[in-house]
Amino acid sequence: MATYTSYPPKGYRVRMSTYWWLGRWPYLKFILREISSVFVAWFVIETLLQIGALIDGPEAWIEMQDFFANPFVIALNVISLFFVVFHAITWFNLAPKAMAVRLGGKRVPAILIAGPQYVAWAIVSAAVAWLLLHG
Amino acid sequence: MHKRSNEPFVWLLFSAGGVVAALLIPIHLFLFGLAFPLGWLSAPTYDTVLALARSPIGRLYLFVLCMLPLFHWAHRFRYTLYDGLQIKHLDELVNTFCYGGAIVGTVIAGYLIWRIP
Repeated sequence: MATYTSYPPKGYRVRMSTYWWLGRWPYLKFILREISSVFVAWFVIETLLQIGALIDGPEAWIEMQDFFANPFVIALNVISLFFVVFHAITWFNLAPKAMAVRLGGKRVPAILIAGPQYVAWAIVSAAVAWLLLHG
Repeated sequence: MHKRSNEPFVWLLFSAGGVVAALLIPIHLFLFGLAFPLGWLSAPTYDTVLALARSPIGRLYLFVLCMLPLFHWAHRFRYTLYDGLQIKHLDELVNTFCYGGAIVGTVIAGYLIWRIP
């Protein structure tokens, strides 16, 4: 197992720029995908705030709706939505690469592995929306 | 002595969190973050949301919705810091911040969900 030292080992070392990921689109895409996790965490914080308001009663719930209607919060949520959708798409598209399923000696096409996940995404989203709008 | 790695365990949490985040967060964020505050769709009343959230299935759902994505964040953000900023030498600090944060968040989520009236 590799161990990491707190100082650089002696010998030849290529210096990498801290901004190496700005150079090429695939690198930038990789970092954008990684950064999507920050917006996932922000969503959890928002959910916890809403649960807190739910505990405090109807008045607190209405105050929380005002918070969500704040233009800055809306702007942040637009950015967050972009990142979580980016996460979802890259996540679903990754599955066929991670799982090389073979049937009868032939590799199952990527679309047959990624496709059902998009169907599940649509069904789950519709179910959540239906419950909240008609529950 | 060879220390057993926690990597498979945290990767499993990362992966499960990735699935939950991909399937559930976009619709939640779209509704509560945009559609309801901007009036595109009529927001559910306090009583409707409370009725959904307080049921045993609702509580379990909310707990999963908070816990697994938090561990997904912890694992992925840890590597964002390592790869993006090249701070592998701050390993212990980064681990404590990321996984510690996820554990604290999970405890807060559990406490709040338990307190839903």
